[in-house]
Amino acid sequence: MLDDFFIRALFAGIGVALVTGPLGCFVVWRRLSYFGDTLAHSALLGVTLAYSLEFNIALSVFIISALIALILINLQKRTNLPGDALLGLLAHSSLAVGLVVIGFLSFIRFDVMGLLFGDILAVNVNDIIIIWIGGAIILLVLRFIWKSLFASTVNYELAEAEGLDPDKAKAIFTILMAAIIAISIKMIGLLLITGMLIIPAAMARNISNSPKQMILFSVIGGLLSVVIGLFTSLEFNTASGPSIIAASLFLFILSLLKIKQSIKLKN
Amino acid sequence: MGIENKILVKLKSAGFRLNDKWLVQGVSLQVEKGKIVTLIGPNGSGKSTTAKIALGIYKKIDGEVEKYTNKIGYVPQKISIDWTLPLRVKDFMVLTDNLDDSTISEALSLTGVIHLKDKNLGDLSGGEFQRVLLARAISKKPELLVLDEPVQGVDFTGEIALYELIKKISENLNCGILLISHDLHTVMSATDHVVCLNGHVCCSGSPIDVAKNREYKALFGEQASQTLSIYEHKHDHIHTSEGKIKKN
Repeated sequence: MLDDFFIRALFAGIGVALVTGPLGCFVVWRRLSYFGDTLAHSALLGVTLAYSLEFNIALSVFIISALIALILINLQKRTNLPGDALLGLLAHSSLAVGLVVIGFLSFIRFDVMGLLFGDILAVNVNDIIIIWIGGAIILLVLRFIWKSLFASTVNYELAEAEGLDPDKAKAIFTILMAAIIAISIKMIGLLLITGMLIIPAAMARNISNSPKQMILFSVIGGLLSVVIGLFTSLEFNTASGPSIIAASLFLFILSLLKIKQSIKLKN
Repeated sequence: MGIENKILVKLKSAGFRLNDKWLVQGVSLQVEKGKIVTLIGPNGSGKSTTAKIALGIYKKIDGEVEKYTNKIGYVPQKISIDWTLPLRVKDFMVLTDNLDDSTISEALSLTGVIHLKDKNLGDLSGGEFQRVLLARAISKKPELLVLDEPVQGVDFTGEIALYELIKKISENLNCGILLISHDLHTVMSATDHVVCLNGHVCCSGSPIDVAKNREYKALFGEQASQTLSIYEHKHDHIHTSEGKIKKN
């Protein structure tokens, strides 16, 4: 039953979940879920460029996502448009341009569904290496900017006044977001990556009362989602991304039950 | 220059402009080790802005700021914390510095909120939260404390106790304090140097000098200089958009 491709997918998924856990908490805390979506949508453009130039997919996605993040920051400074309108503008236009480019690349057989929703069959040993090394680097960098990033998430002025560097931490975090999207796109698919970031963190928020606890539960939730999701994917022949996200939704609903219980106890 | 009067932060005719409107202009002051400098002035006179200039929160400023320390504790006037974050008092205490448990407990005991250590920050009352903010600022044993109305929302007896604590801290830690306060009585009894602001420095000096000052009387009323405790604000001049003074 446990085929080679399945073991590979499991390794890749566990690697992804270890990184999306902590990063996802910051996405929830800093209200960046639409920002994550925008970066993920722009990833399609990165993938098409990778195919047409025969370039590494993860690296190409990372570069395009980081570029879109830069453009966003620039547009925020230059225009009076609200943030969510700019996010929508970049998300949909980059997705559209990506799909148009795919149309031109008719000589390459494209698995668009796999790109959008993830494909465990496509995960090879190379991808696993990229996920684990990239993931380790992301976590190391996050550890390094933790104090400034966390303090400024709580209160920007306190962090700035007491000698931390919130602006630098924010810029580096944006790059980390682009990086996690780049390494997990094959697993989860670009339409669902933000779900992998947000849902386990949201689940963790329901059952934790300190930041560190929330990160721990978020990681555990992500790992469980990957394992449950991949087994269902194998059993029922469903796409891997949706199966993983559905599993995380299931865990989120369970965490709501726990809240209900504790409210009952209080009364 | 001895160790006692080491300068911690120095503003040289500093000012800050937001959307072409000067919030404060031409402020010169310095905070030395072991000294308490208090900013007073009516609402919108630029007290918090001056504190933020000194702290380096505002970067595009006029004039100059020289900072000689990085060990800073700050109690902001307004703080909005996002409750999507599960944060207990003891997590908040180590926000910008790594402190051990006994240091945290000690600071919380000093401000009288040790019983709240494991509570969620969102469950505190305004006065309790203010005491936690003060505890957090002093716990890291800073060289410079910037306190922007540190006792707002604290009950009357607590207010007196906290001001005494602030005075004691400045003696024990020998740190410099930049204080913003509305309580003129406290200001006059605990302060080494008073700066009276109204978009610019109206007057400054020792508390007694300032109380006698004509501009101070004009700003706070005759009574304030006599009883030193009544806060009354009368305008005898208005400020034009360039920050200039126009007599009524």
